[in-house]
Amino acid sequence: MALAQAERTAPATPAEKPSAGARRGRPRVLPYLLIAPTILGMAYLLLYPLIRNLIISFQKFGIAQLIRGGADFVGIDNYQAIFTDNKFWAVVGRTFAFTAINVVLIMVLATLVALLIDALGKWMRFLVMGGLVLAWAIPVLAATTVFQWLFQSQLGVVNWVLVQLGFTQFEGYAWFADGTSTFAIIVIMIVWQSVPFAALTLYAAITTVPKEIYESASMDGAGPIRMFGLITFPILRPMFGLILCLEVIWVFKSFVQIWVISQGGPGDATLTLPVYAYQIAQSLNRYDLGAAISMVTVLLLTVVLLAYFRQLFKEEGEL
Amino acid sequence: MKPKRIVLNLIALGVFAFAVFPVYWMILTAFKPTKDIQAETPSFFPTNITFSHFSTAIHADGFWLFWRNSAFVAISGVLLALIVACLAAYSVARLKWKGRQAFIVMVFVAQMTPWEALLIPMYVISRDTDMLDKLPMLTLIYFMMTLPFTIVTLRGFLNAIPPDLEEAAQVDGCNQFQAFRRIVFPLLAPGLLSTSLFGFITAWNEFAFANLLIIKEQNQRTLPVWLSSFSNTFGTDWGATMAAATLFMLPVLLIFLVLQGRVTSGVAAGAVKG
Repeated sequence: MALAQAERTAPATPAEKPSAGARRGRPRVLPYLLIAPTILGMAYLLLYPLIRNLIISFQKFGIAQLIRGGADFVGIDNYQAIFTDNKFWAVVGRTFAFTAINVVLIMVLATLVALLIDALGKWMRFLVMGGLVLAWAIPVLAATTVFQWLFQSQLGVVNWVLVQLGFTQFEGYAWFADGTSTFAIIVIMIVWQSVPFAALTLYAAITTVPKEIYESASMDGAGPIRMFGLITFPILRPMFGLILCLEVIWVFKSFVQIWVISQGGPGDATLTLPVYAYQIAQSLNRYDLGAAISMVTVLLLTVVLLAYFRQLFKEEGEL
Repeated sequence: MKPKRIVLNLIALGVFAFAVFPVYWMILTAFKPTKDIQAETPSFFPTNITFSHFSTAIHADGFWLFWRNSAFVAISGVLLALIVACLAAYSVARLKWKGRQAFIVMVFVAQMTPWEALLIPMYVISRDTDMLDKLPMLTLIYFMMTLPFTIVTLRGFLNAIPPDLEEAAQVDGCNQFQAFRRIVFPLLAPGLLSTSLFGFITAWNEFAFANLLIIKEQNQRTLPVWLSSFSNTFGTDWGATMAAATLFMLPVLLIFLVLQGRVTSGVAAGAVKG
C-alpha cells in the first residue's frame, strides 16, 4: 500500500526524459555505485541468512555444531523428520485455521467500518478515524501487555464486565490457562490491531469511487447492500485483493503476539508455524529442524506473495 | 432519514469505544492509585490521579539504560537506512541504467521479507561473527528492515520534484552533487523526516530479534524485551506495568500525532506493519 500511495501522490515524470548525467555522456558507473550499499546490505542481511537457513535445513545442526562448527550434510533427513511428525501437521492445520479466522474477521469488520466511516458526518468520521489511528499506533508489545491486564483473572476488567452482565462463571476466570480462550484472546488482539489499517485504506479507496454512480444506482432503486455488491466491490476489487494478500501474509507470520502472550501454549493451543520453528530451535536446540520448518513457512508465504505482487504490478502498471 | 443517522452514529460510537478502550484502560490504570486498581468495582473514569506508578517504572532497574539502548538502535538503524536509501533512490529516480527495473522489483520483494523466518539463521550468523549480545547487530537488522520502504517512499518524493530544477542549477555551474544538496535536498527534507519517523517506529517496536540476539548481556536489552518480562520486574504491580507500557508507547504516539495526515492516507502501511 505504501508504494501504491506514494506512486499516486507523485505526479508521473516523463520517463523518457534523458537525465542530466546522460546528456553529458558521463561514464555509467555512478548509478551502480549509488545502489552498491543497498545491494551489499541485501546480500548480507537478507540473501545470506535465507541461504544459510536453507543450508542448515539440510544439515545436522544442534548445539554441538553451533559451538564447534563443522555441521554434516544429512540430505533431506530434517524434512523427512518434520513431515512424518503428526505434531507438525497439527501445527500446519492450526496455522491455516488461525490465518483464516483472523483474516475473515479483519476483512469483514474493516469493510463494514470503512463503509460506516463513509456514511458518517464530518465530526463522527473524525472521531472514528482518530480512534482507529490510536489503536493502530499502539506498539505490539504495549498491546500484549494491556491485553494481559484486560483479561487478568482477578482484577481484569473483562471478567468484571462479564460477571456484571450475568455470566457469573467468569468470576475469577483464568483466560490464559485454557487453550481455546488464549487462542481467542490472541485473535481478538490481532483483529483489533489490524482492522484500523485495512479500514482506513479501504475508506481511502471508497472515496475515489465517483458519487454519480451511486446516485444513478439509487435512482434505479438499488439498496445499500446491492450497491456495495454491484458498484463498490467490483470497482475496488484490486484494492480488496491487495489488502487481503497483505493481511494473510501478516497474520500467517505473526510471531511476537503469540510468543509474548503464550509461547505457543497452553498445551500447543496457539502453536503456529513461526512459533513452532522458533520454539524447536531455541528450547530443543534443534536449529536444523527449526530451519526446515522456517523454509516451509517461507515457501507457503511465497505463494501468497506471488499473488500479491501479481496484483500489485498489475495495479501499478509501469514501475 | 433521522433515525438512520442516529443508529449510524451509535454504531460509530461503539466502534470508537472498541478501538480506544484498551489504550484508554492502559493509561487510566497507569494513573490510578493501587487501591483503586484492586477495588472490587473498577472505576472507569479518572477520579484519583497518582504519578507514583510512573515513578516506579522510571526508577525500575535499568529503565533509562534500556530506553537509551532502544533509542540508539532505532536511530542508528534509521539513519543508516536513510543515507543508503537516498543514494539508491536518487539512482532510481534520476538516472537511467540497465537493470533499473530489476532493482526496483528487488526492493519491493525485500520489503515483504518474512523476517520471522530468518530468526534462526540470524542467530547462527551472529554467533559465528561474534555479534551476539551486541547492539550494532540490531542496528544492522533494523537498517535492513526499514531500507526497502525508505527507498520506495524517497523515490516517490524524488519523482515529485521536477529534474529541471537541478538541471538549471547545473547550467548555473553547480556539479551534480551540489545541485542535489542545494536544490533537491531542501525540497526532500519533509519527506525524509516522515519516512525516517516511520522507520523509527518499526525499529522502536521490534521485539523478536532484540529478544533472540541479546541474551547474556542484560544491560544491552531494549525496551520491548524489558516490557515483555514485566512480571519479573513488577510482579503483579499492574499500575507500574501500565505506566511502563504507556511510557514505551509515548514516542510512537507523538510521531503518529505529528504525521496524522499521512497516517490516515495510508502511506505508513509498509513501515508500521509487517
